[in-house]
Amino acid sequence: MGFKLQASHMTATTTTAAIAEAAAPLDGQPPVAPLLERIRAGREFGTNVYSTIDVLQVLYHRVLRVHPTTVDDPDRDRFLLSKGHAVAGYYAVLAAAQFIPADWLDDQGGPASRLGEHPDRMLVPGVEIGSGSLGHGLGLSVGTALGLLAQGRLEPRVYVLLGDAELDEGSNHEAITYAGTNGLANLTAIVIDNASATHGWPGGPAARFTVDGWTAATVDGRDHDALHAALTGHDGNRPHVVVAVVNPKED
Amino acid sequence: MRDTFVDTTTALLADDPRTALVLADISAALFAPAADRHPDRVLNVGIREQLMVGVAGGLALTGLRPIVHTYAPFLVERAYEQLKLDLDHQNASAVLVSVGASYDRPEAGRTHLSPADVSLIDTLHGWTVHVPGHPGEVAPLLRTAVAAETSAYLRLSVLSNERPLGGDGALRVVRDAGPGAPLVVAVGPTLDAATAGLADLPVTVAYTNRPRPFDTAGLRDRAGTDVILVEPYLAGTSSRVVSAALADRPHRLLALGVGREELRRYGSTDDHTHWHGLDASGLRRSVLDFVSPARR
Repeated sequence: MGFKLQASHMTATTTTAAIAEAAAPLDGQPPVAPLLERIRAGREFGTNVYSTIDVLQVLYHRVLRVHPTTVDDPDRDRFLLSKGHAVAGYYAVLAAAQFIPADWLDDQGGPASRLGEHPDRMLVPGVEIGSGSLGHGLGLSVGTALGLLAQGRLEPRVYVLLGDAELDEGSNHEAITYAGTNGLANLTAIVIDNASATHGWPGGPAARFTVDGWTAATVDGRDHDALHAALTGHDGNRPHVVVAVVNPKED
Repeated sequence: MRDTFVDTTTALLADDPRTALVLADISAALFAPAADRHPDRVLNVGIREQLMVGVAGGLALTGLRPIVHTYAPFLVERAYEQLKLDLDHQNASAVLVSVGASYDRPEAGRTHLSPADVSLIDTLHGWTVHVPGHPGEVAPLLRTAVAAETSAYLRLSVLSNERPLGGDGALRVVRDAGPGAPLVVAVGPTLDAATAGLADLPVTVAYTNRPRPFDTAGLRDRAGTDVILVEPYLAGTSSRVVSAALADRPHRLLALGVGREELRRYGSTDDHTHWHGLDASGLRRSVLDFVSPARR
């Protein structure tokens, strides 16, 4: 009982801090926090929503070369959300960046809503893949990166976001080894590490990538400048992984 | 059939820069010349079937037309969720080409038998399924599949009829017993056994190498009361399609094909064809029992 109370208190602290950070407008775009509250509509979000929001903000504000007018441009950067359950912050960030109307946030999951509990690329502008079943995004991102290279499109970069628990899925390890040993240089994987993998990753998630030839940066998942440096820290020769460490999952 | 597939795919890769090939080691040596010429579009991911289909989905999302190839059980059964999510759910499409079929390598045992592949593909929406009955049918079917926008499954086999039959997938009557006669629909390499085994019976025999979409209009034109399906994969795979097409008519359906039971027997392809009742004598016995039960 006492543990549960303490855990609940820690969740509230984390939440408040995340919202405070998210409240600051960036690049003239509306702040994400009110949009996140709008989509929350009084519900309790899981910690995974807050663990991902900082990375998403840095990506969409400072890293990705994609805009609402270029969602079909073959030379756009791609962002693939593989852990599709971290969707509320994603929708809020997409609304802040004006990929989707903020009105859509008010009816998430409703019968006429385009915004599900997991994102669907056919329903939401700017969403590159439909996800929700863990272990699919990295393989799709490897194919996307290969497809761009095969067509001589050397500018766009492919970013894919996973969770440390998602790495349990063996499909990721097929993709990690293939991308690393083949030097797939236009690919960046981001692993949100909230220590939620049931059996853990001794030595850290980054080691699973670097052993196969990836470059890696492990950073504080709340520190926007550190995230920005890591997310732009690829060397142009090899795939790159950013491990964003956030508070351990509490439940 | 595999050699024709390799030659045709190698030509397609040279002709159309939109074409890509994804392999998981199987047949990689046969595609070595193509890989030398098009290293960016001939991608062998190693023995990684989940990645193979995920990569195909990603390639398709960038506008390429992937051909994906390995043994049927690894392509369709192992990577089934990738087909459902990495292709269909993304609105991405690919051309899947398998070898192995139901029992092309019976000495390899259950791991390499894939009688359920067409049934599994049939749980997905909008796929075309090609089951060539002769190596001569492979090239046009593959070219048609690659030129289309939708997903297709091309099921290659070492089993073959004596002669190729062309066509666009519509039911093709190879023996006409007149109006009202029982209609036998033989799919792919089952045709020769059907025509041989039923030679002296008053049944119409039609052929198709494209069971999906099934030629339901042709079926309605030709079917009387009795319909007999002969399929080289799981028995009953096309029953639902035939039943739906004839829902407004009294009819009887006999669905022949490969059994569900694991036989745990090696032997030859001929042995398995016999054990599943798909040889001429087995088909004759089953059809006689169905159309003239009193003769039993």
